[in-house]
Formats: sequence, structure tokens, C-alpha cells
Amino acid sequence: MNILLRHRIILPVVSLAVLLAATFYMQPRAMSYFGLNLLFNLAVPIALATIAQMMIIMVNDIDLSLGTFVSLAACVTATFLNDAPILGLAILLALILSYALLGAMIHAFELPAIVVTLGMSFVWGGLALFILPLPGGVSPGWLRALMTVKPPFAPMAVVAPIIIAAVTHLLIVRSGIGTVLRGVGGNARSVQRAGWPVIWLKALAYGLAGLFGVLAGMALVGLTTSADANIALRYTLLSIAGVILGGGEFTGGKVSPAGAVIGALTLTLAASFLSFMRLSPDWQIGAQGAILILVLTARLIFSRKGAGT
Amino acid sequence: MSDHESRPIVALVDAARHFGPVRALDGVSLAVNPGDCIGLVGHNGAGKSTLVNLINGGFAPTSGTIGFGVGETALAAGVRSVFQELSLCPNLTVAENLRISHTSLSGLNWRRAARAEIRQSLDTIFPGHGIDADAEVDTLSIAQRQMVEIAIGFAPRGSMARLVILDEPTSSLDAGIADQLLTHVGRFCAGGGAVIFISHMLGEVFEVASRIVVLKDGKVVAEGEADDFTRKGLVDAMGHVAPEAGDVAVTAREFGPEILRTGQGLAARKGEIVGLSGLAGHGQAEALAQLYLSQSSAWRADRTARAAFVAGDRQRDGVLPLWSILRNISISVLRQCARGGLVERQAEAGIAENWRRRIGIRTYDVTNPILSLSGGNQQKALFARALASPAPVVIMDDPMRGVDVGTKQDVYAMIRDEAAKGRTFLWYSTETEEVCQCDRVFVFRNDEISAELSGADITEEKILQASFAMQEAS
Repeated sequence: MNILLRHRIILPVVSLAVLLAATFYMQPRAMSYFGLNLLFNLAVPIALATIAQMMIIMVNDIDLSLGTFVSLAACVTATFLNDAPILGLAILLALILSYALLGAMIHAFELPAIVVTLGMSFVWGGLALFILPLPGGVSPGWLRALMTVKPPFAPMAVVAPIIIAAVTHLLIVRSGIGTVLRGVGGNARSVQRAGWPVIWLKALAYGLAGLFGVLAGMALVGLTTSADANIALRYTLLSIAGVILGGGEFTGGKVSPAGAVIGALTLTLAASFLSFMRLSPDWQIGAQGAILILVLTARLIFSRKGAGT
Repeated sequence: MSDHESRPIVALVDAARHFGPVRALDGVSLAVNPGDCIGLVGHNGAGKSTLVNLINGGFAPTSGTIGFGVGETALAAGVRSVFQELSLCPNLTVAENLRISHTSLSGLNWRRAARAEIRQSLDTIFPGHGIDADAEVDTLSIAQRQMVEIAIGFAPRGSMARLVILDEPTSSLDAGIADQLLTHVGRFCAGGGAVIFISHMLGEVFEVASRIVVLKDGKVVAEGEADDFTRKGLVDAMGHVAPEAGDVAVTAREFGPEILRTGQGLAARKGEIVGLSGLAGHGQAEALAQLYLSQSSAWRADRTARAAFVAGDRQRDGVLPLWSILRNISISVLRQCARGGLVERQAEAGIAENWRRRIGIRTYDVTNPILSLSGGNQQKALFARALASPAPVVIMDDPMRGVDVGTKQDVYAMIRDEAAKGRTFLWYSTETEEVCQCDRVFVFRNDEISAELSGADITEEKILQASFAMQEAS
């Protein structure tokens, strides 16, 4: 039995380690508390967004509205949550519930998630512009403090992803309900036959995605201290790439929360690595894509070999 | 026996289910009592699957009533189903799959409990099964998956299984494992459980069932103690007359030149029906898949296919689930009925309609979705797909899984007919009866060919000898 097939987590870990080693080789000063914090600072919201996307991919759907949704959550955080915390919290809660409702609708009417979420991306984007037509707003003080806290031994940028990975691993891989949710991605019909209301499970998966999307927006504002309606547009594709990079698959409920977080870290690190290589930002997106293709090719080769033996 | 125990587990009174104009089930009354083992037989589309779905709560009846001995729903009444179409979640482990149907497993340590329960169930039914409770289901073979599914069906799951419905449970199991299952079914019924056993293998039905119910066109046409039926009477009641075993003796024919030979030693001549046999999972399916891919996959494919494939695992590599019956059939001939790169709809429809009639697919309109057909009829559509193509070689990977006796006879005749016209068939089957239809048989053992039999040498005895010889010696 091929070890890489059994433990899908190995390849993402190796990719991150190789990239990290290359970065430290290029820029040894990054190998410090402060350096690591700078490298991975922006990985925290991306990791949360990747987890959100993973919840959707877990039930065989895909979310093209995540970037605008995170932007909207960020805008709400930087305005309402700061000025009127109760109202802000209510709005964020409403956003999560609307995600759950979306999931239920997609299941009930058998709509293609890709179309529904693409449509919703314009709704979220419009709302975000409505709230914050110009970049601005202020991060709530407690959020800023939380995101810049300096734990001993390892910086927040390293501790936070570990906590996110551990919590979501417990939730999705270890817990009973997480197992059933993955079952929906694997074979929804058998889950239904066993007496589970699949519509509620889908709503739960989408609701969890909404929750992690909102957390991503909040974390982003905590780091940048202000918001903008277009602040997180990149997140849609980054989150999908992160899930796949982390060993997940588009269909069949094969996802790994720890892998998704590692995928998000790898993507963030790739950007820094390319900067260290003094590559012009114009080329960076293309180079990031090249790294993605490289890792996926490696995975394909290993799984082919595994199937052959 | 207390009153509670003697009540039927499930009782149907005049239950019917219609799908539009199709009367899938047309007024069936049936009571299942503790200790019953009911053999349910009928040809494809007779309404067996619909009946099962009524009993397990998958469909509500259009008319009539269904009552349960305990509780209101099938789940509460302890009714479990093991389906013909494998219905596990392939991305989860064996133990996690138990969790899906065992809703009351909870707490932090549910995994350990789930593992113990599935292990115990597997050990009870299939001693020496060799299945790891932590293995992901998609790493298991199709026979192992079926075993897991059966084990989940019989597992207590917090309450207890009172009625287990087995729909073609042995179609992907080899003889030894199927025997273990039949033994367990007997044990389970003796202990006060009930089983509804659906199978096209009449021998198994006679071996295990205490009562036999025959369905035809949505109605019960015969019902009685198993001892009151004979094999022939049963087949007559189902509405197909199977020829006597002696009639199908293969006459020696002249074959053309050898047209293919693999490194393993598998060879076939033009117009020959070559069988692959041996115990399930000894490399037959892999050998066929490799052969097919070597014949069909190339950067520059020929305009006409060199080989056609009939899949045994329809869900995985057979039907195109979103397409109509017509498109499922015509995909193999699109190149022939296209002009200038565009499909000629009329020619396509003509071919599909022609094959619908020749092979007898039960539908009134070939533009219906393929999934509207019962399992056996889907398989017929796959046969039509392969036979419609002009490919000189047809490769069949255990294609008769879940196909009824009457259809099998039709397909055997069609295969012999096509072979006489010069087509070559490579046919892997788990049923010895089918292998005996072949002109030459290769018996596989441990991924290698252990014997090559031809003509009068093709007997069940010799095939079994070749399948087991090594294991007896060691």
C-alpha cells in the first residue's frame, strides 16, 4: 500500500517544508520570531477562508463568492462592529444564516452551486460597496489586540493556524457530525437512506462555511486595521487552490482540514518567496500558478505510481 | 412467544406505487413475521426494487398501507436494507460508514465503539474476512465492500436488526463467502430475525428461503413454502422458460486466426468466446482492463474502435448517469452515424430503437434518463452499447451482475449469434454456468493463468480444481 495515498497529508507538509527551507536559504533573517510573523501574518485570514471553502467542497459544491463574502464581512467588522457592536454582531450572524439558507436552497431546488454562488458574489460585493464606498473604517480595538498578541515561543501567525487546524480537524475528521458531513460528499444517497435529513446537513456545511468566512473577514480587519470593499477578492481562488494543495479533491468528500491550512500557508509563503527572489510583482501571480501546478503534478505522479503497484 | 414477538415486523396491505403511467407495484399484500426468510424473485423490472423501497420507507405508497410491528417508521421498526447498488461512502473508513447509519453513536470515543461493532459483525458473518475497520472504503475490492455493507446491515446499531433486506447480496461475492452469508442468514432467522432475500441465483433462494414470493409485472403471482416450489415451477411462474441445461451444449465451431494475445498468455481467435474464470478478485478484471486499454487508448485512435467494453460495475465505469438511454447506447456508434462531425439524430435514434427492441429494454421511450431503468435494464443498455459498435472484440467484465434468468438466456443467445458472425468475446464471469457457455476458458489464480480449458474440458469441476489447487497444496 502506497504510504502517500494512505496519508494524503504528507505531500502538503513536504511542499511547505521545501518552500520554507528555500525561503530561509534565500533570507536567513526570516528565521526568527519577528521574521516568521511577517512571513505568515496574512496567512491567518487566508487559512480561515480556505477552511470555509473546504466546507463547501466537502459536500461536492464550490463557492465562487467567498472572496466578496469575506470582503463584506471585513467591511461590516470595520464599521458596524466597531461603532455598534450589538448591531454588528447581529449582521454577521445574519450573514452566516444566509449562507446556511443558501445551502438549503441549493439542495432543495437542485441548483448548481457554482452558478448560485457566482450570482451571490455580486450581491455580497454590492452590499460591501454600499457599506464602505471608499476604503476606510476602523478595526475594533479588541480585535486588533487579538491579532497582534505576542504569545511566547512562537508568533501569533504560527500559533493561530495550528489552532485553526486542530479545531477544524476535531470538528470535521474526528467528530460524529463531521463524519456524516463528509459522508454527504462521498455518497449523499446512502446518508439519506440512513435517515439523515440531507438538507439540514447541507445547510450546516454552508453555515460553517459562512462562519469561517466571517472569521476570515474579522481576522483580515484585525491585521490591516481598516477595510475596503475589494479587500479580499483574491480569496476565492486562493481558497480553492489551498484546499486542493492541501490534499483535498473537488468531489467525493475527500478533504483534510489540516491540509487546507497548510495549503493556505504554502500559498502565502510562495508570494513572499517570490519577493525574496526579487521577482517583479507582475510575474508573481503567474509564478504562484506555476508552483500550484508543480505540486499537483507531483501528487498525480505519486498517486499514479501508487495505483500501479 | 409473547404477543409483541408474534406480530409481523412489517405488513403491507394492497400496497401500490405508480410512476406516472408505469405501475411499478400494483397492489401487493405481504406480511413478514419474525423468523421468516422470504425469497423474493422476479425478472428485471418486476417491481422488486420498488417493493423494497416501500418497505424501507424510501417511497410512500400511492395507495394501500404499510404497518410496522414496532414504531412508526422503517428505521424504528429495525428494518435494514443492503442494496444491490453499493451504497457506502467511499471516502470514509469502514467504521465511519457504520457511524453514518448508527445515529446514536456519540461521545468522544465513538470511533472505538464503531470499530468494535463493525469488527464483531464482520467476524460473525464472514469469519476470516481480513478487512481492516480503519481502511477507507475506496481501497477495498468490490466484494469486500459488499461484505462491509452486509455487516453494517446486520450490526445492532444501538437497537437491533429485525428485518434485513438483502438485494442481490451475493452477486459480487465468490462461492465461499456467499456460503458464509447464507449460513448467517439461516442463523439470524432461527434467532427470531427476518430476512427478505432477493436473488437471481435460484439455487441460493432454495437453499436459504423458508417462503418464496414471486413478483411479475408489479403483482405477486405465486407465494408459498419454499418446499412447494421446484426450480422449474419457479422459473415458469416468473414468466420466462429457461432451457434445460442439456440444450445449451456448445457445438464445436471453426474459428478464424488468432487476433490477440497478451503477455500473460490470454489469447483469442476470431469468432471465439473466451471465458475468464477463477475466484473473484484473482486478477481477471485487471487483465481485461489492461487488454482493453491497450486496444483502445492511443493518441491517434482508429476511426472505428478495435474493442468494446461491457462494465460489470455499472455505477463506476458503465452508465453515464445524466444522459438518456438513447445517448447511453449510441455513444459507441457516434462516429459511424455522424457526417462532417455532426451527429445525425435520426440515424442515432434508429440505432437506439433497434437495439431497444432486439435486447428488450423495458421502457416506452428511449429518451428517458438511463437512471429511470432498473439495474438489470441499465445493464441491457450497456450490452446494446457494446454490441452496436462495430468493434471486432467485445470485452465483458462480469456483465451479468443482477441480471435475471430470462434476460441472461436472451443475452447468451445474442452473444453466440454475434460470435458466429465473427466477433470475438472475452468474458469474465463469477458464475460457472456462464463460463460453461464459452469455447475456451482461462482460469485465473493469484493474478496468473493457472489453466486453459477448451471444449469438453470446460466443467465446473475442472474450473474449481484450477481455482483452488494451490491453496490445497499449501
